[in-house]
Amino acid sequence: MWNRRREEESLPRPSSQPPLSSDLAREGIPMSTMPARGAEIGFGERTASIGKSVVVKGQLFSREDLYIDGEVEGSVEMQESKLTVGPNGRVQAGVKAREIVILGTVHGNVEAGDKIDIRKDAKLVGDIRTTRIVIEDGAYFKGSIDISKPEVKPAARPPQSAAVAPAAQPATATATAGEAKR
Amino acid sequence: MWKDRLRALFSDSPPAEPSPVSALPAPASGAPTLVSKSVPREITRHSHAFEQMLHILRDHQNLQILDLGEVNQDNITFLTSLGHRLYSEDLLRTVDSIFGEGDPAITHISAARQHEFFEQVLAFPQGHFDAALIWDNFEYLTKPLLDPIMFRLLNIVRPGGVMLACFHADARDTNAPFYSYRIRGTGEIQVSTKSHRRLVHPFNNRGIEQLFQPCSSVKFFLTRDALREVLVRR
Repeated sequence: MWNRRREEESLPRPSSQPPLSSDLAREGIPMSTMPARGAEIGFGERTASIGKSVVVKGQLFSREDLYIDGEVEGSVEMQESKLTVGPNGRVQAGVKAREIVILGTVHGNVEAGDKIDIRKDAKLVGDIRTTRIVIEDGAYFKGSIDISKPEVKPAARPPQSAAVAPAAQPATATATAGEAKR
Repeated sequence: MWKDRLRALFSDSPPAEPSPVSALPAPASGAPTLVSKSVPREITRHSHAFEQMLHILRDHQNLQILDLGEVNQDNITFLTSLGHRLYSEDLLRTVDSIFGEGDPAITHISAARQHEFFEQVLAFPQGHFDAALIWDNFEYLTKPLLDPIMFRLLNIVRPGGVMLACFHADARDTNAPFYSYRIRGTGEIQVSTKSHRRLVHPFNNRGIEQLFQPCSSVKFFLTRDALREVLVRR
């Protein structure tokens, strides 16, 4: 009787309720399942990932780097970021990204603003458009390769008037917003 | 002293240093073993056929080039740096994936499988390519595949376009080294032995001429290694 309140506190929650994110954070359980190989292939902590049991159908847009180890069907567009298709990844989509690393299978046309890296045992069926390409022996590729010359950006001029400065502001603000979403 | 020399000459003991052939991977079980021919694992040599092809490739811009060999970085870098568009079609890998690796017993192929194969292979518009690198692929294709592939190839390479093909010099050597080809610069080609593979369709010179009969010209080039190079003008 004296200890009734304590007993109530110690009762476990019903199992049907999902654990709160604050609980998970307290217990140190990660919210996303990053594959152990991720560090080897160079994706950092700020990489979104699609696990190998996940199937996504539709359009994917991303401003942060993305690691796909599951199945994606549709289209992937991430012009400013890096896409890594893991060894278990199966992408059946047109892909546009800044940099693309393929270790799994991709069926579809790929376009990279910077570089495409096709690793050994990877399979790519589709046309490539990029400025640089690295392909390891043992990779399977079927399609065309179109190497576009990198765009030569004009040299940055020193600011002549105060009107230039605000133009740079929105870009910074967008990037900050993107960070905040994470 | 002379007795020792004679004993050394006629003894059955293996040589002290391994030959280049012994360093190669063992052939598949059931296949005849390579006995005597000394094949270096990797050589880089001048290719007169490729040099002549290169004259055409250098004189023009934005050509469409088809590579039927295994994709590799060197070929991509070299051909795209000339300003051309490269199409890669690893023909033998597709054959192996559909019909099984190096099955020499294929004499009849069902229409369904053939249809499946040709849906994946060489499906390009007529006269799409200005040049084609065939390498030695034709020697590993059975007759039911070779004829339709040849027909399709002649269709997709435009008249006046060039094709480079290689054939093993000794058509009787059925268990021949299976090469990969890398372009190493102006007229230089690196020929590497990947493994051994049964030549399904060995060609003699007459056979090569008949194969390319619909083409306007066929030029033969002898090489120092065990290959014949052929430059064909469609």
